[in-house]
Amino acid sequence: MPKVVFISLDGAAHVVDAQVGESVMAVAVRNGIPGIIGECGGNCSCATCHVYVDEEHAAGVGTAGDMEDDLLDLGVADRRDNSRLSCQIRVTDELDGLTVRVPEEQ
Amino acid sequence: MTECGTLIIGASQAGLQIAVSLREAGDTAPITLVGEEAHAPYQRPPLSKAYLLGGTDLEKLWLRTPEFLAQRDISLVTGERIESLALDGAGPSGTAYTVGGRRLGFDRLALTVGARPRRLEAPGADLDGVTYLRTADDAALLRDLQSGAESVVVIGGGFIGLEAAAVARAQGKRVTVVEAADRLIGRAVAPVVSEFYRAAHARRGVEIRTDARVTWLAGHNGHVQAVELSDGTWIPADLVIVGIGVVPRTKLARQLGLECDGGIVVDRCARTSNRHVVAAGDCTVQPHPLTGAGRVRIESVQNAVSQAKAAAASLAGLREPNDAVPWFWSDQYELKLQIAGLSIGHDHHVVRGDLGGESFSVLYYRQDRLIAVDAVNAPGDYMAVRKALTQGATIAAAAAADPSVPLRELIVPQAVSA
Repeated sequence: MPKVVFISLDGAAHVVDAQVGESVMAVAVRNGIPGIIGECGGNCSCATCHVYVDEEHAAGVGTAGDMEDDLLDLGVADRRDNSRLSCQIRVTDELDGLTVRVPEEQ
Repeated sequence: MTECGTLIIGASQAGLQIAVSLREAGDTAPITLVGEEAHAPYQRPPLSKAYLLGGTDLEKLWLRTPEFLAQRDISLVTGERIESLALDGAGPSGTAYTVGGRRLGFDRLALTVGARPRRLEAPGADLDGVTYLRTADDAALLRDLQSGAESVVVIGGGFIGLEAAAVARAQGKRVTVVEAADRLIGRAVAPVVSEFYRAAHARRGVEIRTDARVTWLAGHNGHVQAVELSDGTWIPADLVIVGIGVVPRTKLARQLGLECDGGIVVDRCARTSNRHVVAAGDCTVQPHPLTGAGRVRIESVQNAVSQAKAAAASLAGLREPNDAVPWFWSDQYELKLQIAGLSIGHDHHVVRGDLGGESFSVLYYRQDRLIAVDAVNAPGDYMAVRKALTQGATIAAAAAADPSVPLRELIVPQAVSA
């Protein structure tokens, strides 16, 4: 079972088990990772699951689609090159150990 | 005296959020979350979408893991329905009883009891194969029945009905949607959007009948076989899905003498007519979140969450009114509808984009003030309006009609009226 690492604002690392095929947002919300809200349940509608993907995994998770790109542009406070909506990142075995940082605000 | 803590009746989106928000606010008193369904709290929206189509386990829809709830000392009671309750005097403490006679004392009470599907009143409505869609069990049953069905009749052309129709059509079923009003989703969107959805479903092979009333359902050996309309039309059906709206559950609120008016009446801080008792979600009617006027009932995840946060604050003795911009979504086929704001009471609308190309938005105005957007496959427009509404800004109607200019570049501060 792949693991995802969430780094919260205070620098604490939360390591949680994830199932292949589910979204990184779903993993975060179910486990109550602070700072990831995912209000729309993964429908790319709310932009409240913004994360920064660690460089090491940037290529592995790919880039944002058009819809996500629009939401990131307008919906998040501090967009950076490694910004993604975590509902649009699917967990795979290859992404085991994926590390993402939670932004200051959603 | 033993501390009973907070009792939250209704273990879905709003109830769970109150529990989580209370803990986030530092509340350490016991929290008991009681739900009548056998399942841990889960997301409802996918029930009429991905879950219905199959391939999703209910566990993946859990709002929080049981471990998370246990870690935060949130005690979850599933499969128990509260039958009666009473306050000690004017409250806030009191006692609730389950159907099975179990007694649950409380120091504070939150009602997040939701709504039940409105039942179809027609002869034959109790036949096997006539289904509703509200709970995970409903969806699981429907999923089973659908796999063997050939002809599906959906009664009700609102969001649930149209989403279910889209799923059935994607599975290759013959699908007819029967709507009593003269257009689809009439309560939520402008006629131009209704017409778009009628055409979009028709293009994909769904038969849409508006202005149509069901007179009775015919059966064979106790199973539905056909639906007859008032104009005499006879539609063969081995599965009927009824989606004709919901009725807020107000029985417990009325036992407490709380004011109800098409839902439990709450203020912007989710307090009922008894200030000690809070309520949130589909069971409530509230002042318009953006204008503070009137009473609106908003059936959405966003509203359940926003109101629940306001309710938790009220329970914690804080004041955090629900003034969030309402938003909503609906997925049908590859059409993603995103709504921000509330379009009720609009006097003008602007269509932007390409209806035929299935990518457009409709901006709604009241007295020249931007109040809402319906965006189909146009997330940039949705997000721009949502941002404008959140900031109390606007987008001029005349400028919005030109799709070559991104809406985000047109957001301007709200003109101060004279």
